[in-house]
Amino acid sequence: MIALNAVSHNYQNGHKIGFKDWQVDDGSQWLLLGASGSGKTTLLHILTGILKPQQGSVIIDGTSIYDLSSKDLDQFRGRNIGIIFQRPHLIKSLSIKENLVMAQSFANLPTDLNRVKEVLTSLGIADKKNAYPSELSHGQLQRVSIARAVINRPTLLIADEPTSSLDDKNAAAVLELLIDQSGINQATLIVATHDKRVKDAFTNTYELS
Amino acid sequence: MSPLKISWKSIWSKPLSSALNIMLIAFGTGILTILLLASTQISDKLENNSKDIDLVVGAKGSPLQLILSSIYYIDFPTGNIPLKEAQELARSPFVKKAVPLALGDNYNGVRIVGTDRNFVGIYKLKVKEGKFWQNDFETTIGTSVAENLKLKIGDTFYGAHGLTGSTDVHKTHAYKVAGILAPQGNVTDNLILTNISSVWKMHDHEEEKAHNHDEKSEAPEIENKEITSLLIQYRSPMSVVMFPRMVNESTNMQAASPAQESTRLFSLIGVGVDTLQWFAVLIMFIAAISVFVNLYNSLKERSYDLAIMRTLGASRGKLFLIVIAEGIMLTLAGTIIGIVLGHLALQFIGSNQESSQARLSGLIFLGEEAYLFVAGLAIGIFAAIIPAVQAYRSNISKILSKN
Repeated sequence: MIALNAVSHNYQNGHKIGFKDWQVDDGSQWLLLGASGSGKTTLLHILTGILKPQQGSVIIDGTSIYDLSSKDLDQFRGRNIGIIFQRPHLIKSLSIKENLVMAQSFANLPTDLNRVKEVLTSLGIADKKNAYPSELSHGQLQRVSIARAVINRPTLLIADEPTSSLDDKNAAAVLELLIDQSGINQATLIVATHDKRVKDAFTNTYELS
Repeated sequence: MSPLKISWKSIWSKPLSSALNIMLIAFGTGILTILLLASTQISDKLENNSKDIDLVVGAKGSPLQLILSSIYYIDFPTGNIPLKEAQELARSPFVKKAVPLALGDNYNGVRIVGTDRNFVGIYKLKVKEGKFWQNDFETTIGTSVAENLKLKIGDTFYGAHGLTGSTDVHKTHAYKVAGILAPQGNVTDNLILTNISSVWKMHDHEEEKAHNHDEKSEAPEIENKEITSLLIQYRSPMSVVMFPRMVNESTNMQAASPAQESTRLFSLIGVGVDTLQWFAVLIMFIAAISVFVNLYNSLKERSYDLAIMRTLGASRGKLFLIVIAEGIMLTLAGTIIGIVLGHLALQFIGSNQESSQARLSGLIFLGEEAYLFVAGLAIGIFAAIIPAVQAYRSNISKILSKN
């Protein structure tokens, strides 16, 4: 379970933003809605332990993540949270397989090539295992970034505008993959977007004003 | 996938700029290696050849020339000294051992040295084959001489007048090879040794023919015999103070200390070595800046990559390690290549050297080369520390939200 308690954040320009409390049950799928500039990315960063809020606490599976040391927090994030960004951002000097193995080793988990193969197969890109990011199409790269997010079987899967740069067909496909993968890996899914096309797939919505 | 492997892959992903950095470092290290090896070998050779000789007595002139001709066999002798006076000095209570030298002839550029059995003792010579010279015109040759001139025991050859060149050959007497020395690692490897009377007889003949190479061409009686110089080993440290002054003030001869003159000679070469050394350090410094710029620029491109690594669970320490390891790998690779190149280059220089007396070798490895590794490591750290600290400190939330 994920809980957001009385969280607020001060921007450097002095602007203050408060977030209403939020309880996310295990395995549920949520939509985080808000216009650009409404603090979506800020909230995602706070949820994933990247940005420490001035007030309030974030509790994931009973752990108050901002009470952890910087190093423990990095490791906690590596093991329990998978993040999908608007753009794939893979490490260009590493092959697809190596990108995924890197995610395992950064989380201090043993290298598990079977898991790499399993994830890539479930996303339909197993044949690209040894390719480098520059050789893949945008849609394929987005799949790899989903694979990287779920490789360590996270409890929380967070996607930041995963569909905004895609056409209708690809957007629907990526959304389906995200929902599938969160089901396969029994992860809680939160999709942040301002993309109206995504709305229908979710029943739970957290809306930023 | 360890952080080191990520650094390694990152180097390979930009081969051109990595190669440039490695080349710069290798060039600087290579020059330093050559300087280190060459100056150590030269000073070792200087020392090795004069190890057990405390003083050289010869005709007046440049002391450095006397040392060069009588210890290293590379310059012309200063002149001759009367045997009688030399023998008086040799009997002095300050002297433990005295070795007379009579130079003046060569065979294919190798010097023929007339001397006595004390020469064997002072250089601790051993024969590999045959025996030491005994009768007139018997010779014992150095190991390199046997190798280079393809001489074996029983072979005969004619000496030529002078220290180089073979225009004026002494055809009257032939030298015979009686023995070959075991390798000594000093100047004796390149000498032909015989007794003094052989050298005298070789020249007496020419004096009879009124060949005027010697100013005092009188009847060849012992009193008028001359030698080139006298190598002296002291009996006690006291001699250091007394003996040279005695020679210089009370005789017509001069005394020169091999240690002093070698030091003086080396300090003259040393100026050039210093200049080159600073040049190499400058190259290394430029290389360090180049590595720094390379890492700094790539860090700007990679800041997003590094932020992603953080979101995947990499700690700040790991990012620091990834960036600094990249710098160290570049400079260390450059250092290793530079050291190897330095050795190869010196071996190449050595094999093209004409003078075999001072031949340099690239196959000798020194403990000091470890300092070059340390220097390479230090340059890597110096060049990578600022980018690494930036990677450590980066605010990933800011980088990620910029997208």
